[in-house]
Amino acid sequence: MNYAQFAAFILLLPLLSFVVLGIWGRRYLSKLAPWFGTASMAAVCALSLYAAFRYFFVDGSVGGVFQPIIAMQVPWLEFGYKNLSIDLGLLLDPISVMMLVVISVVSLMVHLFSMGYMKGEDRVPTYYAFLSLFSFSMLGLVLSVNLFQIYIFWELVGASSFLLIGFFFTKPSAVAASKKAFIVTRFADLFFLIGILIMGIQAGSFDFGVLLQQLTNPASEASVAMASAGFLGLSALTWALVLIFIGGAGKSAMLPLHIWLPDAMEGPTPVSALIHAATMVVAGVYLVARLFPVFQLDALAMQVVTWVGASSALFAAVIACTQTDIKRVLAYSTMSQIGYMMFSLGVGGQGETAALGYTASMFHLFTHAFFKSLLFLGAGAVIHFVHSNDMRDMGGLRRLMPLTHISFLIGCLAIAGVPPFAGFFSKEEILLAAWQSNKLVYYLALFTAALTAFYMFRLYFMIFWQADKQYHHHSEGTLSMKLPLLLLALLSISAGFVPFSQFVSADGRATATHMHWQFSIAPVVLVILGIGLAAWLYRQQNDKPAKLAASLGSFYKGAYRKFYFDELYLFVTHRILFKMIGKPAAWADKQLVDGAVNASGDATLAAAQAIKGWQSGKVQQYLLVFLLAVLLLAAVLLFFWLV
Amino acid sequence: MNLNLFLLIPGLTAVAVLLLRQQSQVRMLALAGSVVQLVLAIWVTAQFLALPQATTPGAMAFVSEYSWYPSLGIVHTTGVDGVSLSMILLTAVVVLAGVLVSWKVTDRFQSFFFLLMLLSMGAYGFFIAQNLFVMFFFLELAVIPKFLLIGLWGSGKREYSATKLVLMLMGASALVFVGLAGLYYGQSDASAGFNMQALAASPLPLASQLFFFPFAFIGFGVFTALFPFHTWVPDGHSSAPTAASMFLAGISMKLGGYGALRVATFLMPEAAAYYSPWIVLLAAIAILYGSFATMMQTDLKYINAYSSVSHTGFVLFGIGMLTKTSLQGAVLQMVSHGLMTALFFAVIGMLYERTHTRQVEKMGGLLKAVPFISTVFVIAGLTSLGLPGFSGFVSEMMVFVGSWERSGIFYRVATVAAAASIVVTAVYILRAVGSVIMGPVQHEAYLQFEDATWTEKLAAVVLIAAILFIGLAPFVMNGWIEPGVQSVFQQVSAAGGR
Repeated sequence: MNYAQFAAFILLLPLLSFVVLGIWGRRYLSKLAPWFGTASMAAVCALSLYAAFRYFFVDGSVGGVFQPIIAMQVPWLEFGYKNLSIDLGLLLDPISVMMLVVISVVSLMVHLFSMGYMKGEDRVPTYYAFLSLFSFSMLGLVLSVNLFQIYIFWELVGASSFLLIGFFFTKPSAVAASKKAFIVTRFADLFFLIGILIMGIQAGSFDFGVLLQQLTNPASEASVAMASAGFLGLSALTWALVLIFIGGAGKSAMLPLHIWLPDAMEGPTPVSALIHAATMVVAGVYLVARLFPVFQLDALAMQVVTWVGASSALFAAVIACTQTDIKRVLAYSTMSQIGYMMFSLGVGGQGETAALGYTASMFHLFTHAFFKSLLFLGAGAVIHFVHSNDMRDMGGLRRLMPLTHISFLIGCLAIAGVPPFAGFFSKEEILLAAWQSNKLVYYLALFTAALTAFYMFRLYFMIFWQADKQYHHHSEGTLSMKLPLLLLALLSISAGFVPFSQFVSADGRATATHMHWQFSIAPVVLVILGIGLAAWLYRQQNDKPAKLAASLGSFYKGAYRKFYFDELYLFVTHRILFKMIGKPAAWADKQLVDGAVNASGDATLAAAQAIKGWQSGKVQQYLLVFLLAVLLLAAVLLFFWLV
Repeated sequence: MNLNLFLLIPGLTAVAVLLLRQQSQVRMLALAGSVVQLVLAIWVTAQFLALPQATTPGAMAFVSEYSWYPSLGIVHTTGVDGVSLSMILLTAVVVLAGVLVSWKVTDRFQSFFFLLMLLSMGAYGFFIAQNLFVMFFFLELAVIPKFLLIGLWGSGKREYSATKLVLMLMGASALVFVGLAGLYYGQSDASAGFNMQALAASPLPLASQLFFFPFAFIGFGVFTALFPFHTWVPDGHSSAPTAASMFLAGISMKLGGYGALRVATFLMPEAAAYYSPWIVLLAAIAILYGSFATMMQTDLKYINAYSSVSHTGFVLFGIGMLTKTSLQGAVLQMVSHGLMTALFFAVIGMLYERTHTRQVEKMGGLLKAVPFISTVFVIAGLTSLGLPGFSGFVSEMMVFVGSWERSGIFYRVATVAAAASIVVTAVYILRAVGSVIMGPVQHEAYLQFEDATWTEKLAAVVLIAAILFIGLAPFVMNGWIEPGVQSVFQQVSAAGGR
């Protein structure tokens, strides 16, 4: 089968939709834009599903091993040094095909949901154009064949995320959030870029295939060149991998680069579901997975991945327990779940457990995409209904919004890891991988799982239980809003039953994972305790939560204030970057550099001023000077003649 | 094919403009003249690509010679390769866009368009010249009209800015001239005269190279905002009328980069290698310091002017690194920055005409009032911060990869410093975008603004198309400039540089 045409269409359709809606949307397609965007995404979704079917069941596996298929690869910019070039291409392998399915399904659901959610807003065609741009960039990112190609699409998803967060552009908070998201991730991208440069110059190629093949062979030229260089006692490989990982950590909102994610919730809620829950934020995980065989070569880089992931998972879960904005709770839970995926890759060392950590991470990415976008869309429906993001304005919604209630509950059960919902299976695998490799990480992850159950059900009870507030209308939203909830709820129930390790594993071989029911006892008990605690505290309005918060004192306050990371960043940017670098630079330019220029001008003028009296026009004066000069000359000549 | 058409067409247009009386006729004629220039530039490029010179390093196409003052070796020799053609194309695009945004100039419109055409003639003459003296002649021709354009049609402290600009550029020209004189008198091949190819074939002895290189390089460097000789840029730009700003930043600053590459580096390769760390140091300072200084500006023109200091720093940075990739990056950055900054100044002019302010804090929410102009503003900003798909990304990445090829802790640190500017750039661009076109609408009156006129739209579309051409298909222009850059690189490697 011709994958080139096939996969190219997956990219071209959203691009086309972006161009058409972006240029002509407002004038000619103001009514049709949602249909246009959604139809093209539906086509992409169908193509992706078909590609997945073909890849996994027909063409992909050669002798029981899934082979990467390069459907297309053309040099785009050649650097003329070694084999360095930016190639544009389409790479189909188990993880990219899996991501195609995830992105296109979630994107289609978001497109559908937006039809109802964005109804009556200004600039709907622009909104759909931006959604298409994002889908294009994200699909391009996962299909990349080249490290630089991934960087290109990496930047493009960042830009489309900026445009979408700032979609309600007259709202100052949205503007600030969009800037923050772009700048923080750009800061991380700087490290990514330098990592790419190190990797490319040392290994002599940006091509994933070449990099993986050369670097995993210790005798190859690239490996030798990589091993021969180093800086500050660390090898070039460690530097390259850690720097690339920092780029990934920025996009995936890992500690301490996470500060943009909660603010990014200023964007329209369906956008949060797509970008900041299911797709873009897992790009960092995908990047590490893409280079996984190379990461495996470097124990230090793997340690960094593990600990950044594990600490982010716990840190975000603690904060999520205290927040009252429905979307911010979900944002922190996203960060926490991505932390799981990250450390799962990190603990995937060599040998038996390697396969498990990698597979588990990808599996969790897969299931998380569905239940997290479900939760976000559910939150969107709730926000649409009550016109507020604050959980304290909500309550008793289970009777008014039955479908939203049920699907949201399914999402909560799935993320908490209650069997047999999707999250249970993937989280169980991650815990097993951690158990086999690093006990400390395992206990952290176990505790975080309990916290997850607690804060998700705190959210659930506060929205759907407690006392009724007074709401005037009783419509749950249009069919286009209900349908995605329903479909995603079904996926959140069923995605866990996919025999994932049959398809995705570190070495491309199908493996079987065994569920150990004894192993599941501890997590499940903890999760049920978490849910129970949340029910006890939040099912009915009472003062228990306030008392608990008071008894936790400054720790609660710290978590509520997100451990002061925003303040820290404000300090660094405003006090240091602006006040201590920017201002002096601007001052020096005005006063010193330009001052010198003006001073030289003034000096010239002053000199002219001083000597201009010599040109007085008085003949007597000239004659006098003439006479004096002649005398002087004569004296000098006389002196030399005599001596 | 005679390259002197590039002098003839703007020259004739300039004269004809003076003969007409109606503003509508004058501007139509100027438009026609600039369209012909662009068509000619494209046609010459197409012709060039079919020639063997298009792939031969160091070969010039369409060479012609006219004696001017032969006893001094001053011969009007013309010839182009891919590098100069890229600059010519850039010039033609910017001239066209500049004429289009000057559609509403009513004050002394004849002289205005006359000077614009004269400026473009100077730029073309500079890029086609193969004789150093003739090149110098056109360099000067491109300076003088700027004084009048800023002094007569400018705004703010225009006399100060015009004087400062011309004095600094004239001082730079004096330095360049010392360098040229050194090349002329120091040559071993007496028949070379001012001919660049002949001078390149027999470079100066090392001692004279080391002496004269700084003159030529700093002289050209001033034109392209070499730190610390960049202060003419912010004042000059902010006082200049829109089209003059576009010409100044889009074309004139490129004369310097081109000269630094083609004259200083190409003809004195050993000295270029010797001074390489210093060039890199100054360029890295310009890049980073320029971007930090930009962050603190509140006037849109100052923002773009300071960001130009930072962006043209990449040109000198790429030249200073002396790897083939970095040199290619420098050339691409010249073209890219020329287009991008012209677009930025054009859109700033459009906003200024409507809001009568350039202070970022006084604007706000303009996306609601003037969606087309605002979109162009965003595109200019995204190009400036190096978003893939636009030209800036390609040239910057070329410079970064080329720079990283040079090992040694100094060059690595310099590259990291230069790369750090991509973050600072994002800060100031998003700050500008956030407070100018996003945010609450500042005045009710803003909502009454008319969006871009057809000439403004056309100017923006032409520039954006050129930016996208490089950004989406960088391999095309990269292929054109590769042989030309290769010849410079060969000089440097033959001199034992690197």
